[in-house]
Amino acid sequence: MTRSTVTAEELSNRVRDLLAAHPPATTDRTDFLRARFDAGLAWVHYPEGLGGLGAPRTLQAVVDAELEAAGAPDNDPRRIGIGLGMAAPTILAYGTEEQKRRFLRPLWIGEEVWCQLFSEPGAGSDLAALATRAVLDEAAGEWVVDGQKVWTSSAHTARWGILIARTDPALPKHQGITYFLCDMHAPGVEVRPLRQITGEAEFNEVFLTGVRIPDAQRLGAVGEGWAVARTTLMNERVSIGGMRIPREGGMIAPVAATWRERPELRTHALHQRLLELWVEAEVARLTGERLRQQLVAGQPGPEGSGMKLTFARLNQEISGLEVELLAEEGLAYDDWTMRRPEGVDFTGREAGYRYLRAKGNSIEGGTSEILLNIVAERVLGLPPEPRDDKDLPWKDLAR
Amino acid sequence: MTLDLLYAETEEELRSAVRSLLADRCDSATVLARAETGHPHDPALWETLATGIGAAGLLVPEKLGGQGASHREAAVVLEELGRAVAPVPFLTSSVLATEILLGCDTPESAELLRELASGSRICAPALPLTLAPGAPLPAALRDSGEGTLSGSVTSVADAVAADVLLVLADTGLYAVPAASAELTAQVPLDLTRPLATVTLREAAGIRLADPATARAAVAGALLTGAGLLASEQLGLAEWCLTETVRHVRGRHQFNRPVGSFQALKHRLARLWLDVASARAAARAAADALATGAPDAPLTVAVAQAYCSGVAVRAAEECVQLHGGIGMTWEHPAHLYLKRAKADSLALGTTGHHRGLVADFAELPAP
Ligand SMILES: Cc1cc2nc3c(=O)[nH]c(=O)nc-3n(C[C@H](O)[C@H](O)[C@H](O)COP(=O)(O)OP(=O)(O)OC[C@H]3O[C@@H](n4cnc5c(N)ncnc54)[C@H](O)[C@@H]3O)c2cc1C
Repeated sequence: MTRSTVTAEELSNRVRDLLAAHPPATTDRTDFLRARFDAGLAWVHYPEGLGGLGAPRTLQAVVDAELEAAGAPDNDPRRIGIGLGMAAPTILAYGTEEQKRRFLRPLWIGEEVWCQLFSEPGAGSDLAALATRAVLDEAAGEWVVDGQKVWTSSAHTARWGILIARTDPALPKHQGITYFLCDMHAPGVEVRPLRQITGEAEFNEVFLTGVRIPDAQRLGAVGEGWAVARTTLMNERVSIGGMRIPREGGMIAPVAATWRERPELRTHALHQRLLELWVEAEVARLTGERLRQQLVAGQPGPEGSGMKLTFARLNQEISGLEVELLAEEGLAYDDWTMRRPEGVDFTGREAGYRYLRAKGNSIEGGTSEILLNIVAERVLGLPPEPRDDKDLPWKDLAR
Repeated sequence: MTLDLLYAETEEELRSAVRSLLADRCDSATVLARAETGHPHDPALWETLATGIGAAGLLVPEKLGGQGASHREAAVVLEELGRAVAPVPFLTSSVLATEILLGCDTPESAELLRELASGSRICAPALPLTLAPGAPLPAALRDSGEGTLSGSVTSVADAVAADVLLVLADTGLYAVPAASAELTAQVPLDLTRPLATVTLREAAGIRLADPATARAAVAGALLTGAGLLASEQLGLAEWCLTETVRHVRGRHQFNRPVGSFQALKHRLARLWLDVASARAAARAAADALATGAPDAPLTVAVAQAYCSGVAVRAAEECVQLHGGIGMTWEHPAHLYLKRAKADSLALGTTGHHRGLVADFAELPAP
């Protein structure tokens, strides 16, 4: 992206103008978000006209802080995380002008929720092995898609899905893939809730039967879908970087609060584990802060690839400790009703929920094992394991 | 207040000066050869580091002939010394003793600081290396009147290299010429940081501070020492990781590099993550000390509670993943393991520092 000369001060002025023209107290939430997008204050590093100003990415924090202080509504990033974190950067990098104009604004405002139609029953970690087919109907200028996706978060609320499908089975698995933007309301798209470990159904199975996708909703060239998908996956893993958390923010907060408020629950063994995890959570916070400072200084470090690993492990260990600390109460669960939540809410529920939901942290968005492989190979330069699937046509692979 | 967790350009320059000196004069074969003689210190190396690079006076104000630098620079030097398991009295003389003297603020202590900064003298605190910030200070040494000191202290690091010992007695702090003390060398686990029992028999000392000032000065120095030790541990862990990665990439078994086996890749990836986290923790401690941040004691306790374990784990993984070579006397891995383990006892154990975290973060024991 081109470096621009927009300064923090100019951004502050723009924020002030936005707030003056659309006082949050008296403006409708969606109207405010639209105005914010049009003022280029949605994601300041995006180009002008697409919700940004081509400013350095790090200045977003300035804008967010000032708007928050003014009581401005936010766009509920927890509900639209997949759109913001994955769909948007991929559309920005590979989309046509028309696609960018059509999709980015409603995506950011939250009028259109996105989901990610990547994983399949036979293709998870080995995502490039996917079997969902897309065949071009040349006369109609449309692709006809058949297959099944799984673990699809938010498919039940989504208006659009980013989809990868196989367009040439005769090529090796990474080559015959194409990337599409799939209308979740199109005929042939069937979303079925998939109940999960917590009792609720955040994710879904998605069946695609004869779904027709206009060629204009293809992202990137035919057969180049793997490269496009890599942009999505990279953004999925790096979404932590810019975030700032206070000391004792995150999962450690409720445990520390319980420890202080309920002396009768304290034991020496739990004390040692609590302190160990408190220290690790503080060091993880500092590591994230250091990463952020490196980004600001224009010297991004490889630590980002590791942060998701750290947080997954800590969330699991801390929430496990919390259940134990609660003793008898830890035997109880708040609610097994099958709900259809719109986003993940760690703080709105109790310890047992946190413990169970955190188990997904080391699976979703790439498992910890896969991330360790990536760190070992890309950061440490260790050799890959020998593999024999790279040059074989996909159709000849053992399945 | 936000901590600055990066390295400044001047710090990187200092690092490369120290690193190239150590690469020339302090390779592991040299360190091992010296350790085997029972006299690990290399006075010529110290002289260059102390005066040529100015490391000895980093924390000494310019008006006393020092560099007037901050704990951030001292931390960078310690990273490099840890990376080389360098047998020099930087931690003891240029950090601990210097901080104690800075806390005394008398003409005598100023004079001594001048000599430390110029590299003409080396000073060691006559305190056990295990003494931790926040722990009760020992009262082993007694003043029988007019600064004649008697008693003995064990596990004093680098005493054998020192010209002057800083002695904490019941009546205050004293500078005692090392020549008037009886030093009994102990056989150390860490061959690169010698230990001795210091015994004084009515030795004459110069009084530098009254008891209250002396105790405050020592307590402050222990906090600084613990915070900066995290940087030595970081450098050490980094060497272990780098060397181990190098080894497993080149070593073939089962017709492939052993580093291509996932079991090892995952262990090394985790270790890398631990080292990256240790860097953030150690930098935070150095910066908090440099800026006198109000929560510096907590930040130091966090760094110590974390970095000791990372250094030990890195050294243990280094030995294990080198296989048989890692167990040999000739390979330097053992020097790092010994330093890492000894460092984990120095200036407070992980358990001690966790206890301090409990106090500062208000997470009381049952
Ligand atoms: C809560 C949650 C939400 C999700 N949301 C979405 C979504 O919205 N959209 C979407 O497309 N997907 C989603 N996923 C799917 C997720 O990306 C996959 O589950 C994940 O990539 C792992 O694939 P898999 O489940 O097929 O496991 P598998 O790939 O079958 O893995 C099974 C086990 O083997 C290990 N393993 C596999 N290969 C290797 C290897 N090479 N080396 C070492 N170990 C290996 C794995 O780490 C794992 O432990 C979600 C998952 C969860 C848990």
